[in-house]
Amino acid sequence: MLDAMPTPTDSITLSLPGIHCAGCIAKVERGLAQVKGVRAARVNLGRRRVTIEAEAGLAREPLIGALEDLGFEAHEMDSAALAVGQSDRIGKALLLRIAVAGFALMNVMMFSFAVWFGAGEITRDVFHWLSAAIAIPAATYAAQPFFSKAVQALRVGRLNMDVPISVAIVLALGMSTYEVASGGAAAYFDAALSLTFFLLCGRYLEHRMRHEARSAAQELNALEVPTTTQMTREGPVSVAVADLRVGDIVQVAAGGRIPVDGIQISPHGLIDRSFITGESLPLSTAEGAELIAGDVSLSGPITLRATQVGDDTTLRRLAALVEVAEGARNRFTAIADRAATVYAPAVHILALAAFVGWLTLDGDIRHALNVAVAVLIITCPCALGLAVPAVATVATGRLFRAGLLVKHETALERLATVDTVVLDKTGTVTTGQPSVATDALTPAQCEVALALAQGSAHPLSRALVAALKDRGIRPAPVLGIAERAGRGIEGSLAGLEVRLGAPGFVGANGADEGLWLRLGEAAPVRLPVQETLRPSAVNALSALKGMGLNVHLLSGDTDAATRKMAAELGGIAWAASVSPEQKIAFVETLQNDGARVLMVGDGLNDAAALAAATASMSPASALDVARTAADVVMLGSDLESIPAAVRMARKARRLVKQNFAIAAGYNLLAVPIAIAGLATPLLAAIAMSTSSITVLVNAMRAR
Amino acid sequence: MNVLVYLIPASLLLGAGGLLAFIWAVRHDQFEDLQGDAERILNDADPPE
Repeated sequence: MLDAMPTPTDSITLSLPGIHCAGCIAKVERGLAQVKGVRAARVNLGRRRVTIEAEAGLAREPLIGALEDLGFEAHEMDSAALAVGQSDRIGKALLLRIAVAGFALMNVMMFSFAVWFGAGEITRDVFHWLSAAIAIPAATYAAQPFFSKAVQALRVGRLNMDVPISVAIVLALGMSTYEVASGGAAAYFDAALSLTFFLLCGRYLEHRMRHEARSAAQELNALEVPTTTQMTREGPVSVAVADLRVGDIVQVAAGGRIPVDGIQISPHGLIDRSFITGESLPLSTAEGAELIAGDVSLSGPITLRATQVGDDTTLRRLAALVEVAEGARNRFTAIADRAATVYAPAVHILALAAFVGWLTLDGDIRHALNVAVAVLIITCPCALGLAVPAVATVATGRLFRAGLLVKHETALERLATVDTVVLDKTGTVTTGQPSVATDALTPAQCEVALALAQGSAHPLSRALVAALKDRGIRPAPVLGIAERAGRGIEGSLAGLEVRLGAPGFVGANGADEGLWLRLGEAAPVRLPVQETLRPSAVNALSALKGMGLNVHLLSGDTDAATRKMAAELGGIAWAASVSPEQKIAFVETLQNDGARVLMVGDGLNDAAALAAATASMSPASALDVARTAADVVMLGSDLESIPAAVRMARKARRLVKQNFAIAAGYNLLAVPIAIAGLATPLLAAIAMSTSSITVLVNAMRAR
Repeated sequence: MNVLVYLIPASLLLGAGGLLAFIWAVRHDQFEDLQGDAERILNDADPPE
C-alpha cells in the first residue's frame, strides 16, 4: 500500500441473489477489488451478499455497474437496517454455554461410568469429588439463562418451565454435594449437566429460528434503500428520504415509489395507487393533484412538492394504526406455555408429595430428599423443552426452502388453527399488472394497435404490446405518433387518423371503461382490460377449499371487477369496494363468530386486517407496512404456497403433540419408579437421554 | 491404579483444549459463512487484498 494515509472507510453491503459457487466468489471479489476506492470485498455465500470496505463517500453505482458487467445482479442494502441483525451476540453466548455444558457433561460421564460399573470406595469418592469440581462451576455458568428467567417469573408471582428446571438443577447439585461429602453412593452431577445441556440445545434452536426469521425480514426491508431525487437549484441530487423537509421538490422516475405526501408540479402523471386503495386501474393525475406516499409513478418522471414528510405521511400514520390492531396475535398463548402452566405445578406437587410421603413413611430425611430430587430430575421437561423448538426449526427451514419466510415465533401454531381464508384481490390473487384481450381485433387492427402502443410507457400499452407480440403481429407503418397524456395515442396510417386510448379520446363517449381503438371513421372497438391472475391461483384456491377452509375474496376495487374475479376463481364468496376499516371489521366479525382467519394481502389497505387476523401472509412484492404486519412472507409468486404453508403448519402441530405424548409417556413410566425410591443415577441418565433423542428424531419427520 | 494421577489430568486437559478451540472459533466468526468457506477452498489463491 503506497498511500498509507488513514482515511475514513465506509462499509457497503450489496445483495447478490445470483451467486452460488467458488467461481462466483472469486469473480465478484476480484472484480470489486479493481473498482477505484474499494479497499476490500468479502463475499458471504450463505447470505448471498458482499461486504465492501471502501473510501468514505464512494458512489454505489459503479460498484453495482461493475458487478452487472460481470453478470451478477446486485442490489444495495441499507446498512442501518442490517446492523441490528448482523451480529448474533445472544446466539453466540448460548453456543458457548452449550459448549461448556457439553464439555463438563462428557468428563463427568467418564467418571460416572466408572462408578456405575462398580468402582471401589476410594476411587468412587475421588471420582465424585472430581465430578463436583467440574459440574458445579460449569452448571452455574451454563444454566444461567434458566436461573434468570426463573427469577423473573417468580418475581411477578408466576410459574414457567424455567422454575422446575432451575429447582431441579440446583437441588441435584446441592443434594449430590451433600451425599458425596457424607460418603454416599448416589450423585446426580451428570444428570444436572445433561439437563442443562439438552435444555440449552432447545433454547439455542428456539433462538436461532427467531433470529433467522427476524434477520430475513430485516433483509427484505434493507433491500429498499430509502433515497430519492431532490431537485435543488444546483440540479438533481440524490438524498435520503429521511432528510426531506416540507416544501422540498422531489422527482420520482417511472416505476419509482413516491416517498412523501405532496402536490404534483409536473403537468401529467399516471400513478398506481393499488397498494392503498386496492383499485386495479392506474390513475391519471394532473398538476395540483394530491399524491400520497406509496403511490407508484407509472409513466414518465413525476415532480412534486412535499407537504408531509417522515412520520406525518399518510402511509406512516396508517402504519401506526396497524400496531393498535395487533390483538389476536398477542392474545395467543403458545402451546409450550400452555403446557408449562399445567406441568410446572404438577411436577412440584409430585416431588413434594414424594418427599412428605417418604418422610412420614420411614422418617429418614436424607432418603426422602434423595427421592424428591430423583423425581424432579426425571420429570424435568427436557423433552418438553425440545419438543416445540425442534419441530418449529425443521418446519420453518422446510418452508424457507419452499420460498416462505416465517416471521413470527407463534405463526406456525396459529396458522395450524385457521379455518377461514380471506384474500385480497389486487396484487395478491392478481399480479397487479393488467393484460389486454385482443381477440376482438382483425389482423389489420392488431397491426395498427401495436404500432400505436409501442410508443407509450403506459402499463396498458405495454400489456397490449406484449399480448400482440406473443401472437407474432408486426406493427403497421403508422406515422406521426403522438401520446396525449392521460387520454391516449394518435397517429396516421395512409392518411387515415388512428387512435388508441380512453373511451372519450376515440369518440365512444359514455361507453365502458377500458381501452378503445378507432381506425378513421369506423366504429371504435373495445379491447377488454383484464387482471392477470397469479400462476396457479385457481389450483391454490381449490386446494384451500379441499382442505375444508372457507375462502373469501375481499377487494377495494369495483363490484364488477371483483365479481368477475371471484367467478374466475371457481365461485368464492366476495365483497367489493371495501375500505381498510371495513376490511378489519370483516375479519373481526368472522373472528367474533368463532372463525380463525388467515388474511392474505399486500397493500396498505390490508395491513390492519393482516395484523388483526389469527394469522397472516403477504407476498414479497407487498408494501413494507403489509410485510411487517404479516406473519409469513411468500418470496415466490406462486399462490400454492398458501395451502402448502397451512399443510406444513398442521403437520408441525401434529408432531408437537406427538412429542408431548412421547415426553409424557416417558414420565408415566419413570415417575412411579422414582417415587418408589428405586431410581438410580444411571436410570435417570438413560431416561433423560432416550426421551430427548426420541423427541428430536420425531421432529425430523417434519422435513 | 496410580496411573490415574496422570491420565485424569491428561484427559481433562485434552478436553479443555477442545473447548478452548471451540470458544476461539465462535468468537472469531468461523461459523459465519460455512457454505462460502466450503467453496472458497476450490479457488487457487485468495484475491489480492
